[in-house]
Amino acid sequence: MTKSIAEALSPSAALQASGRDWGRIRWFELAFWVVAIGAAFVLPSGFLLLNELAILILFAVSLDLVLGYAGIVSLGHAAFFGLGAYCAALLAKHFGIDPILGLLASASLAALLGLLSSVLLVRGHDLTRLMVTMGVALLLYEVANKMHWLTGGADGLTGVTMEPLFGSIEFDIFGRTAYTYSICVLAILFLLARILVRSPFGMSLHVVRQNPLRAAALGIHVNRRRATIYTIGAAYAGVAGALLAQTTGFASLDVLDFHRSADVLLILVIGGTGYLYGGIIGAVVFKLMQDWLASMTPQYWQFWIGLLLVVIVVVGHQKLIRPWTWFRKNQGGAA
Amino acid sequence: MLTILFDGVAYGMLLFVLACGLAVTMGLMNFINLAHGAFAMAGGYITVILTARWGIPFLAALPIAFVATALLGAVLERTLYRRVYGQNELNQVLFSIGLTLMAVAAVDYFMGAQQQFLLLPEWLTGRSTIAGVGIGHYRLFIIVICVLLVIALQLILSRTRFGSRLRASVDDPRAASGLGININLVFISTFAVGSGLAGLGGALGADLLGLDPTFPLKFMIYFLVVVAVGGTSTITGPLLAALLLGIFDVAGKYYIPTIGAFIIYAVMIVSLMWKPDGLFSNVGKK
Repeated sequence: MTKSIAEALSPSAALQASGRDWGRIRWFELAFWVVAIGAAFVLPSGFLLLNELAILILFAVSLDLVLGYAGIVSLGHAAFFGLGAYCAALLAKHFGIDPILGLLASASLAALLGLLSSVLLVRGHDLTRLMVTMGVALLLYEVANKMHWLTGGADGLTGVTMEPLFGSIEFDIFGRTAYTYSICVLAILFLLARILVRSPFGMSLHVVRQNPLRAAALGIHVNRRRATIYTIGAAYAGVAGALLAQTTGFASLDVLDFHRSADVLLILVIGGTGYLYGGIIGAVVFKLMQDWLASMTPQYWQFWIGLLLVVIVVVGHQKLIRPWTWFRKNQGGAA
Repeated sequence: MLTILFDGVAYGMLLFVLACGLAVTMGLMNFINLAHGAFAMAGGYITVILTARWGIPFLAALPIAFVATALLGAVLERTLYRRVYGQNELNQVLFSIGLTLMAVAAVDYFMGAQQQFLLLPEWLTGRSTIAGVGIGHYRLFIIVICVLLVIALQLILSRTRFGSRLRASVDDPRAASGLGININLVFISTFAVGSGLAGLGGALGADLLGLDPTFPLKFMIYFLVVVAVGGTSTITGPLLAALLLGIFDVAGKYYIPTIGAFIIYAVMIVSLMWKPDGLFSNVGKK
C-alpha cells in the first residue's frame, strides 16, 4: 500500500523522459556559443562593439529572468545595472581589486538590493510594481547624482584602471581581452540561467507567471518564487553593469538612466521573452538598428525606436515577424 | 515657512491638474498611460507658440490649449489607444513609452532642444506680501484656477448624468454597458477631457516647471506617484496626494537642497510599502 503511494508520487518514466527532453541542449545552441567565443580568437577587430553587445545581452537575459519567467514588468532594471557598474568601478579605483572578485562583489550587492526591493515588489498590484521598480532606479540615480565625492556626480567616475585578469592578462586597447572576458562571463552565466529555468524551479516559475492562483493552490510559495528570481535577475544585471565598468574603465550616471531600462525592455520585446535566447536576438537587432538609425538621424533616432514600439504593440509581435500573415484576414481573437 | 507652504500648495495643485486625467483614465480603462506627460507637453508648447508667435493673450491661449490637446487625445484614442486597451500590462507600458519617445523626438525636431519661456502678462508676474507671507501672483492665479477646476470636476462627477455614467463604468464596465451605457463614448470623452486637463496643466506649468522636450520623461514619475499614492477611484485621493507631493517637494528642495528629489522617491516607496493600493483607495470596501 505504501509502495503504491510512493509510486504515484514519484514521476513516471515517461514524464521523466519528457522532462529530460525539455532540458536538453540543442545543437544550434552549442554552435552559437562556439562561434561567439571563437570570434574572440579569429576576428581581427571590432571587439569594442562586440563587447558592448555581450554586455547588452547579459543585461537583457537578466531582465528576461524577471519578465519572461516571473512576469514582473520592470521599468527600473537599470538600478541593478548601475549599482553593479559603480560598485565594480569604485572597487577597482580605490582598492585595485581583481576583476573577478569585483564581479562577485557587484553581483552580491545588486542581489542584496534586489532582495530588498522584492519585499516591496511582491506586495500590491501591477501599477504599484511598476512604480516600485521605477522608484528604486530613480532613487539610485539621485543618490549617485548627489554623492559627488564618491561617484563623481554628473561628470562620471573616471580614472579607473583595471588590474590584469588572473594577475597576468592585461586589458588591451583593442578590446580583445575585454571581449573574451565578457563573452566567457556571459557564456557561464547563460548556461547557469539555462539550467535554472529548465529545472523544476524554472517550471514552477512558469506556473506562477501563467496562473498565480493555481500555483498557490499547487503548494508553490508564489511570493517567495518571485522574490527569488527577482534577486537572481538583479545579480545578473549587476554583473552586466560591472562588466561594462571594468571593460570601459568608466562609470557615469548614464548607467542608471531611465532610457537604459526602456532600451532593455525593447530588446526583450524584439527578441521575445521567456526563452533566454530572445535577449540575444533582440540585443543584436537592437544594436544594429540603433547604429543604423543613429548614423541616419543622429539626434532623433529615438523617434524611430518609439515608432517601432508602437507598431509592435498595435500590430502584435506574433504578426510582425510573420510577414506572410499580414494580408490575411484576422481569424478571430486578437492578433 | 508659510511662503514655502504656499508655493508647495501651488505646485501640488498644478500636479493635480496634470495628473488627474491620468488617474481617471487609469481607473476607467485600466490603462497605464505613460504618455500622459506628452499631452501636457503639447499643451505647454501650444500655449508658448500661441502667445509668443501669434500674440494671443495668455488667458485666451489657455482654453485653446485645453481644447487642442483634448482633440489630440480624442484622435489618438480612436486611432491607437483603443487597440491596446485589452492587452497586457507590458504591452501598455511599451506602447505608451513608444509614444512618449516619439513625442520627445518630434518636439525636439520642430522646436529645438532648448527650454521654452512663456511670456506672462504683467499683472501675473508680480509678488506681494500679505500678512508676512510672500505670495507670487502667478502662483495665486494657479491655485485659484485649480480650485475652480477641482470644484467643477467634483460637481460633474457627483451631480451630472455623465458623472454617474463615468463612475458606473469605473466600478464595473461590463455591468455598465449591460445597463445601456455607451462605454465607448464614456471612454473617448474621458480620455479627451483627461488629455485636455493635462494640456491645460502643461500650459499653466510651463513657467513653473520649465518646458523642454524631455518634459514627459522628467515628470512622468511625478504623475505616476500622484496616481499610485492617491489611488484611482476618487478625485480627492489624487488631489491630496498631489498636494502632499507638492509641499514635500518644495519644502525638501528648500530646506535640504543636497538631497533634492530623493525625498519624493523615498516618500513614495514608503507610502506604497505601507499601503500598496494607494493611501486613499477604497479597494476592498466595495
